[in-house]
Amino acid sequence: MSLRIIKAGLLDTIQDLGRFGYLASGINPSGAMDRYALQLANALVGNAAGEAGIELHFPASVILFTRPALIALSGADFSPSINGDPVPMQQGIVVNKNDALQFHRPVKGARAYIAVEGGFQLEDWLGSYSTNLKAVAGGFHGRRLQKGDEIVLNSKKEYGYLLPGKNFRVLPWAADNKYEEESSEIAVLPGHEWGRLTVEARERLLHSPFLITKLADRMGYRLGNEPLSVLPGEDILSSAVNRGTIQLLPDGKLIVLMADHQTTGGYPRIAHVITADHSKLAQLKSGDSVYFRLTDMATAEEKLTRQQQHLRQLQHACTLKLQQYG
Amino acid sequence: MNGGNKLYEIFALGDGALTIDWGNQMDEQINREVTARAAQFRQQPFPGFSETVPAYSSLTVFFDPLFIRQHISPGKTAMEYVMERVQALLDLPVAVVQETGRLVRIPVCYDPSLAPELEWLAREKEISVEELVILHTTPVYRVYMLGFLPGFAYMGEVDERIRIPRKPQPQPTRAGSVGIAGKQTGIYPFASPGGWTVIGNSPVQLFNKNRKEPTLIRAGDRVQFFAIDKYEFAHY
Repeated sequence: MSLRIIKAGLLDTIQDLGRFGYLASGINPSGAMDRYALQLANALVGNAAGEAGIELHFPASVILFTRPALIALSGADFSPSINGDPVPMQQGIVVNKNDALQFHRPVKGARAYIAVEGGFQLEDWLGSYSTNLKAVAGGFHGRRLQKGDEIVLNSKKEYGYLLPGKNFRVLPWAADNKYEEESSEIAVLPGHEWGRLTVEARERLLHSPFLITKLADRMGYRLGNEPLSVLPGEDILSSAVNRGTIQLLPDGKLIVLMADHQTTGGYPRIAHVITADHSKLAQLKSGDSVYFRLTDMATAEEKLTRQQQHLRQLQHACTLKLQQYG
Repeated sequence: MNGGNKLYEIFALGDGALTIDWGNQMDEQINREVTARAAQFRQQPFPGFSETVPAYSSLTVFFDPLFIRQHISPGKTAMEYVMERVQALLDLPVAVVQETGRLVRIPVCYDPSLAPELEWLAREKEISVEELVILHTTPVYRVYMLGFLPGFAYMGEVDERIRIPRKPQPQPTRAGSVGIAGKQTGIYPFASPGGWTVIGNSPVQLFNKNRKEPTLIRAGDRVQFFAIDKYEFAHY
């Protein structure tokens, strides 16, 4: 009635779309780094968009299913297989009892997601299932998944009739991923302290690559650029920051805040990655380069709206397809 | 009552939040207005409103641009729509409560073994460690805001003689660390990268996820530190 971790991954956690309403107590929002990918996987299994799934980093967990279940994989391509047979991303898969899901090598992206129809039997913490590693709360005992963990599945559905043989079954439709552009450009809006960058520094920010250093995790990415020249300005008292906020450190280096970001900070906010590009940024990792370009509020909102519409259409289409399957 | 006070600036914090800024200063009156405005927004939420984060002299309002575009079709950007709604709320007077807050006394062990930067800061300020401890434990600090980490309370104002700017780069900081950054002092509830200069460590549990109110200190409280020795620290 569950899935079992038979080998632990590097950093695999339960995440939904984040914990909101408690930022004023300093409780970081958490949630999936690539929220688009999680919602896509949920759509493929007929879940509500915000159902909790598992976020995987490479090397990822090996997972054994102790009952049949409908699952979907999305986000990073870690070359998944079930019982040794390669399985596709972004497609519903009915797994059988005793099927083992594993991931072989990181082909593309940084974070993969598993959604399971019906979700997991977990207790929420402050209204969310997201794992808050800092507070050791939410998700599965507030921590990353470890060998031997059993996560009980909620599903009441029987999938046995879809599995005439012993093997798993890949459902015959796939979600496209057209939101994902080949370009690795990340669109930003100017922040309140944009003016602290010299004209030359702004040019460089928008026209040269920025390396994501080894100091890149769910909290934020430290960028390994040559220091940007900064105009002097008064010290800023701590004030709220947001996912995507790009902070300028006193030494001219940059940090981009990600899902586990602190709620407030005192470094100048030179720019903000638009929400529609958070997922793209979440799929970059240490050693990759980021190219920033400037955009405006209307474009940022339109892009987010188009992404959402695409997800909605996918959800409707999947719901219909799944109904046909009984 | 405080109305028609236009001494603020509103700016976007990305595409899902905006900040109302009363001028980057640590001032009790302004901080009380921030608290009052946060309550006003919670009580009169506009469509798409999510939550607020009060800070020293700023209030950040988080909202859902998708909800606004889908349900209101404002004929302008969601950001422009929210800015107008926020402006309209700010034009209304709001009662600024002269709260007294609770007095919370917090033990701190000022020992170099727990605070590697304590002796360095004393040397830098050309005072003894004992004087530094007295200067840090004398004031009754106001809790201006919570943030950064679950349960982290920003307090002020630190005595001028022991102020020190934030470090140029965040460094690993252990749980319980009591630090100084400019006029601010605070305690790290969890181990975390941090840019504050650490002068002591408190054994108090500032955050407990199982408590109904997980944070020990609230914005508006008053805090005074008292020194404990290593033995008391170990047996707290």
